[in-house]
Order: sequence, then structure tokens, then C-alpha cells
Amino acid sequence: MWKFILKRVLLSIFILLFVTLIIYTIMRFIPTSYVDAMAREMSMKPGALSFQDLRKQLNSVYGLDDPVLIGYFKWLSHAIRGNFGDTWYYTGTVTKKFADVIWNSFFLGAVAFFFQIIIAIPLGILSARKQYSKTDYAVTVVALIGISLPTFFFATLLKLVLSVKLGWLDLYGSVGKFHNQLSTWGKFMDIISHNLMPIMTLVIVNIGSLMRYTRTNMLEVLNADYIRTARAKGLSESKVINKHAFRNTLIPIVTILGGTIPGLFSGAMITETLFKIEGIGRISYDAMVHGDIPFTMFYLSFLAMLTLLGTLIADIMYAIVDPRVRIS
Amino acid sequence: MANNDYENKPLNTEDIDEKRIAREDFVSEDRSDALDDEARIKVLSPTMLVMKRFFRNKLAIAGLIIIASMFLFSFVGGLISPYGEKQTFFKEEEMMKDYASGSFNREYKFDFKTEMDFSTDARAKFVLALNQGNTTFENGDESYFIESVSDKYHRISKLAPVAENVLRIGDDLIYSPVNDYEFTEELENAIIDTMKQHKNHFAFDGRTYVISSQGRMSAISVADDVAIASMMVYDAYDKDTSFNYEFKKNAETAFNTEEADTFTANGVTYRFEKIADSKNIEYIIYKVDDGGEKEYALASNFIVTPSMQDMFLDIEFKKALKEAALAKDKTFTAKNEQGEDTEFTIYPKDNEYQVKNMQITKVLKSYERPSMKHWLGTDRNGMDLLTRLMYGGRVSLIIGFIVITIEIIIGVILGGVAGYFSGWIDNLIMRIVDIFNCIPSLPLIIIIGSVMDQRKVPNDERIMWLMVIMGILGWPGIARMVRGQILSLREQEFMIAAEATGLTPTRRIFKHLVPNVIPQLIVLATMGLGGIILTESTLSFLGIGVKFPYASWGNIINDVSEIHVLKNYWFVWIPAGFLILITVMGFNFIGDGLRDAFDPKMKR
Repeated sequence: MWKFILKRVLLSIFILLFVTLIIYTIMRFIPTSYVDAMAREMSMKPGALSFQDLRKQLNSVYGLDDPVLIGYFKWLSHAIRGNFGDTWYYTGTVTKKFADVIWNSFFLGAVAFFFQIIIAIPLGILSARKQYSKTDYAVTVVALIGISLPTFFFATLLKLVLSVKLGWLDLYGSVGKFHNQLSTWGKFMDIISHNLMPIMTLVIVNIGSLMRYTRTNMLEVLNADYIRTARAKGLSESKVINKHAFRNTLIPIVTILGGTIPGLFSGAMITETLFKIEGIGRISYDAMVHGDIPFTMFYLSFLAMLTLLGTLIADIMYAIVDPRVRIS
Repeated sequence: MANNDYENKPLNTEDIDEKRIAREDFVSEDRSDALDDEARIKVLSPTMLVMKRFFRNKLAIAGLIIIASMFLFSFVGGLISPYGEKQTFFKEEEMMKDYASGSFNREYKFDFKTEMDFSTDARAKFVLALNQGNTTFENGDESYFIESVSDKYHRISKLAPVAENVLRIGDDLIYSPVNDYEFTEELENAIIDTMKQHKNHFAFDGRTYVISSQGRMSAISVADDVAIASMMVYDAYDKDTSFNYEFKKNAETAFNTEEADTFTANGVTYRFEKIADSKNIEYIIYKVDDGGEKEYALASNFIVTPSMQDMFLDIEFKKALKEAALAKDKTFTAKNEQGEDTEFTIYPKDNEYQVKNMQITKVLKSYERPSMKHWLGTDRNGMDLLTRLMYGGRVSLIIGFIVITIEIIIGVILGGVAGYFSGWIDNLIMRIVDIFNCIPSLPLIIIIGSVMDQRKVPNDERIMWLMVIMGILGWPGIARMVRGQILSLREQEFMIAAEATGLTPTRRIFKHLVPNVIPQLIVLATMGLGGIILTESTLSFLGIGVKFPYASWGNIINDVSEIHVLKNYWFVWIPAGFLILITVMGFNFIGDGLRDAFDPKMKR
């Protein structure tokens, strides 16, 4: 088992190196004129470093004047020590800005994730139990609508209904204007009301795939021989479903869910941007649009790392659950 | 409904399975058919089987109908639509717009022989000299003489010295002429007379002489008229009339001397009429010729300027405006440029009277509500939304198909090679797949889009790049699937046969293995199409993908980022969002249906 995990971890590190190399190369292929123009623009801002200093700093951290490979190792040696340079678009270092906003993203993602699970899994199981019934069709259609909904469209619809037409919620922001003057309870309610729409968006848009995954797995289990045996033994239907089928369905689902946990840190770029929530997704989006290369480099590497971590967790959990995987 | 597919029965476990499913699904089926019934013996090809199963799925049919109508809508609709993708519509709107402005003139108007004689500098110096009460002033090398005929009319002349060191002793005159100027006895007498009277200028023989003192001595200069400064404003009755220096000078002279009511200028005789009341004086000037008299010009102290260049305002309008201004009226009626009676509104400001009226102007028909002419209204740029949606659909579908083609080509080749060869080749390719799987595509496309923005890449080239990048980043899923399938397929007997016949590996992979993956490939591609359309519309919504003036469903919704559009104009963005939703859903329905049809075991 440990050997398997070690193998997977080493492989992941190897892949991560290549991914960052590719990202670095792409960044390097961005024409120098662009980098210069951006650096110049940044240096115009009040309190910013002068253009020469910025360029010098870039060179030292990113090795822009070296050949790609040497530059990459230069960048890597800094990155490993957590030095990603200063952001151009924001103030301070990249890592500080990241630390400021990452938890906003994580909490948003975690709450949405929780609701996704408690909605999608029961519905998926329900639709599998009543295959080809009206309920099944309804769940399937809802799941497919969720998968097919463009995030930005659904978010805008929510805004139109909940804040423009009904006037219940603010259009955007993670807290209200007078947040600081509220009582503790008021603050809590303020945060909830401001995060309601983003969470709804995330839940609806992401619920579909989990729902369908649960349904497929439950169907597979329900058609398995041991379920037929259980029924033949004369067990009650609830016992068959809850004791025998459900537990077995949970195995692949938990594995998949474990793999998605690192993704909670990646931020919901579109949702955060639309609702103006200071999360990593929105911050990075603004940084990318404004050509903040240090921040972009960091964010891209961070995302790659999260993806790898997710796969790694899923793989390991799979191996724990299903010993056959370890052997092959 | 004929249900014959389970009669196609070679001894194959899969088809026996199939038969059972069909029985379960259609319990109510008429079971009277005998074993030798012709309908039961009919053999169906595998393709037909798939089709039959596919068409039995209601959701798949719904998806098929949606996608078919989307294609009709986008590709045929664009042809049928009477409007173009980039056609903008204008409407005529009545707006209060500036028409003219009037004011009582308090500044001197200058007229001069030529610009050279009297520059802007000289004008400023003139006003200065006048305010200080001087009668002469200098500008550059030239000196000028002001002859004030009245307090509102001054003649300005340039001085040319004719004599220096002039000294009068009794009735005698001592002087030294400049440039051999000819002094007659009459002239000398005139000078002596003037000096005796302590005046500084006199007229002699049609010319004005100016005596300026230089200490004890004096100098005499002859003055040449170069300009006049007057408070009078001349307005023509006729559009083509313009007034020159000579006309104005002679007119002013005639007004001020009041000896006769006629004057001549440029060889034409004019007669004028004075209309004076307590507040202002006006002169109507008639042109006199053989045919009689004709109104020619109006001289007054009221100045009217049209708000647009080369617009001619007639005298009646000016008179009406002046009367209204004097009476402090808010509105007045006069004929406009087209000769129609129009009501004008006056907005007084200090000494100025702004005149506005309702005018018809061409404006963009933005955010027009749905109507018979524009079924879904118009967008921000005054373009027909329904037509934009059709062209947007084209862009989205074409991008979807091209990207998925790129993905399939790369995915099939790499997946096929990896699956067939296994070993280190497989390992290498799968690691590449892992690497590409880890590259975050949306952020990468966003940063590349931002670079393209900065480099001002043309829009059509941009779309091309977008497709290439999406294709290159999207293939790992397909490669994985193809590899997985081929790994199991290559162990089958037909591959041993293929090897035995001595086929090359390329042929074995792409002729014998890949065709067996096509069902799964179609399923994956159909579902992938939906995903690509979603990504593309998201990018276009963010302003990074397809850009204006090209239409795309995403960039049509982009208008909604302005709050007032979100609040007021649902028809701008809801249809586009709805189209994205049902198109992606249609592809997903079809993909789902196809998967079930290809692999009935999965459905259970």
C-alpha cells in the first residue's frame, strides 16, 4: 500500500514539474512587448516600483532574459521556497494576496459542496430505485439542465428574480454596506444573505454530474447478484436498500468526492466574478485580464497542483477501497 | 409498434440480453406472433438496432429535435432573415436640440481691406487704445490712427509719415518731407489751420492727415483707411449675400452722417431706412437698381448664430428672436430652415439667448422592445436580436464542431497508438495525457485572450486561435477513452487475424481498432460538443472569446453586465441564455440516448 502511494506521489510530482514547465513556457512565449507594456503600465501606478526595478525583479524571479529551461529552473527554485514575486495588479506579494482571499473561496465552495452532497445523493438514489418512473425522468432532466446551464446565465437569472424583481437580496458583494454596524446575529444573517445566490448558483450548476453518477452507481449495485440474494432471503426493501445497496454505492461516490475536495480551493471564477466576491477565482480573473503575470503564473501552478492532488486522493482512496487496484 | 429487433439472434450473449430487455420493456406487446411469423424472422443490422433503441428514448428524440431546430434556426434562419449580422438600425427621434443662439452685441466687429493690414493683435491693441482714450496706437512697425465717428463706429487707418520736424511759427510752416511727399500750398494752409485749432487730424483732398506731436516738433502722416470697427451686425436677406469692407464702411458712414438716405458701394446704390426706438436702432438697407428697391440687409445690434455651420437663418427668424428676447418671452414661433412654422424655446443665460426646438435626429435603435419589425427587439448597438441570435448560433455550432474535430483527431491518434503499443509508448503518451489534463484551460485561455486584446489581434483570427487552443487543451479525455477501449479490443481474435494477414500496425490501429471505438467516440463527441459550446459562450460572455461585431450567444448576453439592462431589458439576454441552455441540453440528451442505445447493458 505504501509503495503504491509513494509511486503515485512521485508520479504526481513529476507531472507537476512538466505542467509548470509548460505553463512557464507559455508565459515566456507571451511577446516581450506585452510584458514590457504591462510592466510599464504597472510602474505608472502610484507607489509602484520604477520600470527598471520591476523589470529587474522580474528577471531575478522569472529569469526572463535566460533561455526557457534555465529560466524555468530559476523560477522553480524561487517558487519552491514560496517566492512568487510581487503582484502587478494588486499590492504586496502574490502569496500574501493569495492568503488574504483563499478562505473566502474555500468557505463558499465548502458550503456549496455540502449542499450538493445532501441534495444530489438522495435524489440520485431515488431515481435509481424508481428507474424509468416519472421521478427518474424528472431527476434526469433536472440533472441534465444543471449540467447544461451556463453559470453566468443562471447567476444572472437569480439576480433578476431575487434581487431586481423581489428585492430580497443585494445584487452583489460578500457583505452588505453596513456590515460593521450590525450585531453579531445581524452580521451572520448579512453574510448568509449575501452568499445565498452564489451558493445556489454553484449548487445547481454542479449538482447534475454527482446526481447522475450516484444514479448510475446505484443502478449497477441494484442489479448485482448479492442484492437479488438479499431480496431472495426475504429482507425488507428498506433493509436491502439501506444496508446492502447504499453502502456499496457509497464506495465509488466517496472516492470521487474525496478527489474533488482539493478543487474547493480553486475558487469559482465566474460565480465569484459575477457576485463580486473577493475569492481566489475573482482575484485571479482580474489579475489575468490585466496581465498580472506573476499572479497568473502562481494561480495556474496552484490549479495544476490542486488537480493533481485531487487525482492522487481519488487514486489512493480507490486503492484503499478496492485492493485489486493496488496490484495492477 | 413492430418490435422485431430481438429476432436478430446470432448466438451471442449480448443479443440474448438485448432480447430480455426488450421483453421486459414491452410486456404488453402482442404475443400472438408465431415463431415462423415473417415479422419475427426479419433481421436487423446492428446500426438499425441502435437506431431503433435510440428512437425509443423520448429524451433522445427531444434532444434530436432541439439540435435539428437549432441548425435550422442558425443556418437557414440566417439566410431567411431579412437583416444582416452586422446591420444596425436607426430611428428618428424628436429631441430638444440647439438651433441657434442670439445676443445683444457688445463687441466690436471689425471689417478690413485685407487680413494683412489689420491682424488680431492690432484688433486687441485697438480696443486697448480706445479704452484708454488714445487716438493712435502701434502694432509692430505700424502705427494706426483711430477716428471715432460715433461711440459705436470707429474708422481705423494706417499712418504713413509724410513730414517730420514740423514746426509752426505764426503762419509759417517748417518741415522736412519724407520720401519727397508733395506739399501744395493748400495743404500747408490746411495744416496751419488745424494746428491753430489744436486738432490732431484733418481731411484734405479726400485723404485724412494726422498731426502727432513729437516734443516741440510735430510729425504729419497721411492716414489710409484699413479697417472699421462697429457694433453693428449685418444680416442678409438672401442666403448668398455677403458684405465686404467697402459696403460696410460706406453704410456706416452714411448712417452716421445722416446727410442722405442713400449710399453707394461697389458700384451699387443702396437706400436705408432707420428704425429707432428707445432701446435700439436698426437700419434696413434696400438695394436700388433699375427694377426698383429690394430688401438687402439689416443692420442691428443683435447677433444670431446658428448652432450648425452652413445653416442660414433668415431675417424673420432673427427679428422674431430679438423681439422675444426684448420682451423676455420664453417661446416664440418662427419659420425654421425648411420654412415650416416651428415653436422655439429660449433659454436665456447672461446676455445670451439659447434657442432650442424639437428636431428630428437619427439615433441608434438600442434596446428596442420586441415588435413586428424586430421580433426580439434590438440590442445595444441597434442590431436585430433575432438575427444576431441566428448568426451567434452559427458561430457557436461551428466552433463546437471544429474544436471537437481537433480533439478527436489528436485523441484518436494518441489514444490509439498508446492503447495498441502499450509498454513505454503507452506510458509516455499517458503521462502527456496526465500533463494536459492538469493544465487549467479556462485561465490559460483568459490570459491568452488578454494578450490578444493587447496586441489587437483581428476578430476572425481570434476565433481561429480560440478554436485551436480549446482543441489542443481538450483532447486528453478522448485519448483516455480510446486507449481504454483499444486495450481490451486488441486481445480479441480478429486482431490476431489482422496480425496474421500481415497488416501494418497503422492499418491495424486505424482500420480495425478505431472503427470499433466509434460508438463511444460519438457519445463522447456529442457530450463534448455541449461542453465546448458552454466554454465558448462563457468566454464570449467575459469578452475574451468571440468579439463584437461577430455575434455569439455569449457576447449577446454580455450586455447584461450593465445593471440597467438587467433590470429593464429581459429580451436582450434571456433568449440567448435559453438557446445556450437548450442546445447544450440537446447535445447531452442525444449523447445520453446514444450511449444507452449503443450499450444496452449500461442502461440496466
